[in-house]
Amino acid sequence: MNITLRMAWRNLWRHKRRTWLTVGAMIFSNLLLVFMISLQFGSYRMMIDNTLKSYTGHMQVQLEGYNDDSKIRNSFDNIIPLAEQLRQTLNTSRVAARGVAFAMTSSEMRSYGLQIVGVEPGYEPEVSTLSGLLKKGQFFSGNNAEEIIIGSILARNLRVDIGAELTLLGSGRDGSFAAGVVLVTGIFESGSNDVDRSMAQIPLGYFQSLFSMGNQGHNIVINAEDLSLVDVLQSKVSHVIASRKELVLLDWNQLQPGLQQAIQADMFSAWFMYAILIVLVAFSVLNTQLMSVLERTREFGIMMALGVKPVRLGALVITETTLMSTLGLAIGAGLGALLAYYLSLVGFSYPGMEEMAGKFNLPDRMYPSLSLLSVFLGPCIVFICSLLASVYPALRLFFLHPVSAMRTV
Amino acid sequence: MTSIVCKDLCKTFQQGDEVITGLDNVSITIEKGDFVCLSGPSGSGKTTLLNAMGGLDTPDSGEITIGRVRIDKLGKAALADIRLHNIGFVFQAYNLIPVLTARENVEFVMQVSGLDAEERSKRSYKILREVGLEGMENRRPAHLSGGQQQRVAVARAIVSQPTLVLADEPTANLDSVTSSQLMDLFVELNQHHNITFIIATHDLRVMKYAKRLIKMEDGKIISDEKQ
Repeated sequence: MNITLRMAWRNLWRHKRRTWLTVGAMIFSNLLLVFMISLQFGSYRMMIDNTLKSYTGHMQVQLEGYNDDSKIRNSFDNIIPLAEQLRQTLNTSRVAARGVAFAMTSSEMRSYGLQIVGVEPGYEPEVSTLSGLLKKGQFFSGNNAEEIIIGSILARNLRVDIGAELTLLGSGRDGSFAAGVVLVTGIFESGSNDVDRSMAQIPLGYFQSLFSMGNQGHNIVINAEDLSLVDVLQSKVSHVIASRKELVLLDWNQLQPGLQQAIQADMFSAWFMYAILIVLVAFSVLNTQLMSVLERTREFGIMMALGVKPVRLGALVITETTLMSTLGLAIGAGLGALLAYYLSLVGFSYPGMEEMAGKFNLPDRMYPSLSLLSVFLGPCIVFICSLLASVYPALRLFFLHPVSAMRTV
Repeated sequence: MTSIVCKDLCKTFQQGDEVITGLDNVSITIEKGDFVCLSGPSGSGKTTLLNAMGGLDTPDSGEITIGRVRIDKLGKAALADIRLHNIGFVFQAYNLIPVLTARENVEFVMQVSGLDAEERSKRSYKILREVGLEGMENRRPAHLSGGQQQRVAVARAIVSQPTLVLADEPTANLDSVTSSQLMDLFVELNQHHNITFIIATHDLRVMKYAKRLIKMEDGKIISDEKQ
């Protein structure tokens, strides 16, 4: 072993307690960083999944331009056969067609303007959590049933309950007058007041006849089993719709651009906290190495007298920090990865999470997402900052004078 | 052949408001292979002169030439190279590196010089045998007696085959028997390897070994005698 490396290693253990305190701070911060970053990545994945699975889906097939200009006329043909074709190609039931329109909805007492969404009763529960949030009643009995499910706030505003009749008045795709009477079969509580107040669902078959849509609809929602499978599904779907030039496939990032922005904002604030932790560790290293250099001033003076140049002495100090940081990185990242791995298997929840999740038909546990990035990103930054923190003590050696250094007690 | 020439060396130190004279117009020439003792009371300037000749300190004025190199004008890096390749130091307090074994202490300077591991190992074992430390190569300084530590320091000082060894009170912490052994070793190295020795000392027994005795007082040379 190189003598500098040997000296550095032995120097570390001249003050075992001090070294272990510093290494301990690194281990703790690395463990915490690995766990927090893995949990953060896992929670983003969960946040994306939960948001998309609640209604939007991981991707949608639409008429080109519909996303920017959601008019009833911007629909496309043969939506149900195309949805069926996608289900077969992707070998999944997580594909459902939808139509979207607006109508005035009236009960005996009151009227409100609503967004009416036509859904495939057999497949909509596979792409949206809304059907699982019914607090009263049931989902549709068939694709052509003259039934409606509404939000709890709307039910209260309209002063209706299960079994009540509502009148829908709007304009059809061809500009004709659209009118129908539907039976309230379900009342949901989505957790979002806006949705509960202003959205209702009816079966797609009935939607097409009510709004003179023919065989048309507005989007096909596709959910992936996992976020990591989105890319694979995207290429398959693109292949299926390749012959229909009027259609486009939009992924979740295009459908919900705010989601990515929210994640970035959260990531920024989390990294601000991590930065504080890393700076504290760096100061601990700075303190240790500065003390170590100061108390060995005489020793450094001797080495200089023997002809050792300051750059080699500086390298010795940096090597000591490197060894200490490597220990902290290996043990901290290892323990952090073990903890994150264990929790990625059994999940992690906090008090009240289960009740909250049950209320919104969402998973009741978070699962840290373990990856090379989540394991090594934080510890590597701690490692680099620790090395940077030891530059100042190392630089002090360049200003040492051998005679006065050797006089130091 | 001339080994060291010091000409009109002056050095002062500031201690609070007081200016202390370390060297006061010191001029001296030391031949290669000489065995010189610098003697004098504390504060007479022995160590200051030794430090200046070893390139550890620079004089305020005057010239120091070792061989053909004027070292008083050299920068830190060049002085470090001179010390590494040409000068061996033996200090009063041994000054070994505590985390290294006796052999590693001796090898350290050679590694800094860039010698390969095999050569380093060969030389360090040989030199430690020469100074009577065979079998103690793997002991750390804390597990060696004062005399043994000083022998390691001597081995370290001469292993790179310097032309000059500067020793500052090398026997100050040793008993009389160990002091005699150390001085015998110095004499042997001086005679067999033609290394120039300059020893700063108070010790009258050490002075007896000198070929040349220089006495100093208040930063000046007051006598310079060949013995």
